[in-house]
Amino acid sequence: MNSSIGKAYVSTASSSAGWKAGDAAAAADQFPAGLRVLVVDDDPTCLMILEKMLRTCLYDVTKCNRAETALLMLRENKNGFDIVISDVHMPDMDGFKLLEHIGLEMDLPVIMMSADDGKHVVMKGVTHGACDYLIKPVRIEALKNIWQHVVRKRKNEWKDFEQSGSVEEGDRQLKQSDDADYSSSANEGSWKSSKRRKDDGDETDERDDTSTLKKPRVVWSVELHQQFVAAVNQLGIDNAVPKKILELMNVPGLTRENVASHLQKYRLYLRRLSGVSQHQSNLNNSLMSPQGATFGPLSSLNGLDLQTLAATGQLPAQSLATLQAVGLGRPTGKSGIPMPLVDQRNIFSFENPKLRIGEGQQQHVNNNKQMNLLQGIPTTMEPKQLAGLHHTMQSMGNMNMQVASHGSQNSQNNPLLMQIVQPQARGQMINDSSLSHAPRLLSPMGQPILANGIAANVSTKNGIQENIRAPSYNPVLQTSSMSNFPMNHTSELPGNSFPLGSTSGISSLTPKVAFQEDVNSDIKGSMGFMPGYDIFNDLNQHKPQNWELQNIGMTFDVSQHSNILQGNHNDSQSVLVQQGFSSSQVNGQNRSASVISKAMFSVGDGTGHVNAQNGNQHLNTLLVDGTVRVKSETVADATPTNLYPGDDLMSALLKQQDVIAPAEHEFHFDGYSLHNIPE
Amino acid sequence: MEVGQMQRRLVDYTKTLFMEGFLDAQFLQLQQLQDENNPDFVVEVVSLFFDDSEKLLNNLSMALDQPNVDFKKVDAHVHQLKGSSSSIGAQRVKNACIAFRNFCEEQNIDATLRCLQQVKHEYYLVKNKLETLLRLEQQIVAAGGSIPMIDMGF
Repeated sequence: MNSSIGKAYVSTASSSAGWKAGDAAAAADQFPAGLRVLVVDDDPTCLMILEKMLRTCLYDVTKCNRAETALLMLRENKNGFDIVISDVHMPDMDGFKLLEHIGLEMDLPVIMMSADDGKHVVMKGVTHGACDYLIKPVRIEALKNIWQHVVRKRKNEWKDFEQSGSVEEGDRQLKQSDDADYSSSANEGSWKSSKRRKDDGDETDERDDTSTLKKPRVVWSVELHQQFVAAVNQLGIDNAVPKKILELMNVPGLTRENVASHLQKYRLYLRRLSGVSQHQSNLNNSLMSPQGATFGPLSSLNGLDLQTLAATGQLPAQSLATLQAVGLGRPTGKSGIPMPLVDQRNIFSFENPKLRIGEGQQQHVNNNKQMNLLQGIPTTMEPKQLAGLHHTMQSMGNMNMQVASHGSQNSQNNPLLMQIVQPQARGQMINDSSLSHAPRLLSPMGQPILANGIAANVSTKNGIQENIRAPSYNPVLQTSSMSNFPMNHTSELPGNSFPLGSTSGISSLTPKVAFQEDVNSDIKGSMGFMPGYDIFNDLNQHKPQNWELQNIGMTFDVSQHSNILQGNHNDSQSVLVQQGFSSSQVNGQNRSASVISKAMFSVGDGTGHVNAQNGNQHLNTLLVDGTVRVKSETVADATPTNLYPGDDLMSALLKQQDVIAPAEHEFHFDGYSLHNIPE
Repeated sequence: MEVGQMQRRLVDYTKTLFMEGFLDAQFLQLQQLQDENNPDFVVEVVSLFFDDSEKLLNNLSMALDQPNVDFKKVDAHVHQLKGSSSSIGAQRVKNACIAFRNFCEEQNIDATLRCLQQVKHEYYLVKNKLETLLRLEQQIVAAGGSIPMIDMGF
């Protein structure tokens, strides 16, 4: 397998600098030789010394004396480097800023170094996500082992992937080979990462390469998802069968299976949106009416918040709609699934609140754990959104579930959600609003969310209390690379693909998503989720500038609106959910949603909370998880009063985790009472 | 002078520099990085250090000469100098920089001016010593000998 993987990697790797040995096996043997290092330092003396040292370690070194140049190089050649070493103090850009950028956009491990050994500076490195911190003068011994960060990150990513429940054969295979020995895993890792990085566009690329190892994954990019939704709408949701959708979409390389699984998720998503009715049309009607089709924009961002709010009834449908509109900046008339968004949001909010509440106290730690939970949950997410969420979650998960914990604190129901959302925001705030967009959302997520970065998280901005910090970002970014989430794979947690795993990566993210802003107010702006598919585009554009994703502290400030939500349920759950969402959201697009959704759901029964905040996220999770039982459980309680039915949802979710019931999830979304949707 | 003698002189000279604190173990690391593929590595790095440091010192002089001294800027320069001198192994220069930074924090003009003088002094001293050392090495190589590895027992 190694050789095949290696070959695949080599052939697909954009830079041939990497495993120079043409043969994977050879490369594996030589590892860590050939590791591609980018070193950035404005001090020419240090730069020269480092370069020489690294070459002595048999690494493939590129040196750069300006941060801007380094970023350019990294952007041009996304797969061209394995690890980055950067100085902290540089004249043109602060090293930590560069660290964040890299974490967000490329999800590479970054080592910081400085002559400054002050504790707070080192701590800064940690919080921003650096995977190591070296004190100058750097000795060659310290450089000899930097390859460990590369391997670790990849292992984590793989692990996340696997945990997410999407148990693809490929994954399993990879995992096995992974276990074989470090070198092979390194190989796989590189291969994997190269694969992951193959985002945008090449949906079927990996399919060809990995057919032997893993099922090819189709990346449901925003555009692709839009096409999908358009096709579905054209056919009518009841008449939308994979074969016909495939024909209408007319995308070369796309198979009926891809469409089928994506459709499944989408249906779940819609169902969730509709909540009780479970009829998309119904949903649409119901949803649309109150808001007037502002779902689109709202969904994402505010999705969480709004939904929560809406759900809780606190937020008048009107405002929700408005928020949405605002958030998205576009008229809500999303053609696609207007309604679902709303519902989803609610759902999510429910979930979110739950999550948050569970966490209540800033349990950053929890977040992490929770996230993992979520990830583990196989998210068959139908709703793409969930995938998005999932991604976010995943990323978030890795990062810090803290978000969840934060969430609770802040009165914001969303904190978690928000945070989670934030990551999503990056890619697409799919979580919230995206539910409806799920398909769309996911795709955006697929894209390097990181790029959008914050835009997606916009929603989080609003309310996210910022707890979600950077870590969450990382996932997001990573997810982008992961964008390969095969939407089609229900079971797989697309989210996994998110580089969520790399916790280290996450840290680097530290996107400064300042979620903290009160979500409520900002919901619109950031737009994390652009519910509509179109929104995604918009969303992506919106950079959630404010997210301080730092520790996934997505704390939506939904609290304002939805104080209700939070209270209820399992904070822990909500936390998870949130996380799930975030990740899914961010990565939204593809898989994360599913993954997250799974996670989300399990997280909590609290899904009921789907309060606006996490609602989206929850929803996402729910959606994602086709099997998510969540539906019934918590969703039912969209109402503010008793949003979180309790832990049934959670348990349901948890149970579902293992059940990746692909196509047959009984979407139990009934549970979710989308009714909170602003009506 | 024959090669053996030159080599002994070099070794003694180098040891003295270490004992007097002009150089530290980091310099040894540099020497170890030099090999037949990069026979001039140490010379190149040290030259780079000289150029860079002189620029920094000029900047420092100018910055401290301003009516309103921008201590942040001064600190940044000193920090840089500290980094490069520590990478080279110029220990005394590095220590002088550390003291300099402390005074920068206090924003003490007089003290910082004195520190600048101190740093400059140390810099020129080590520059002198390194040039001597490298010259000795060149002579050995020119005479067909090889540069002995110093074992300082670090």
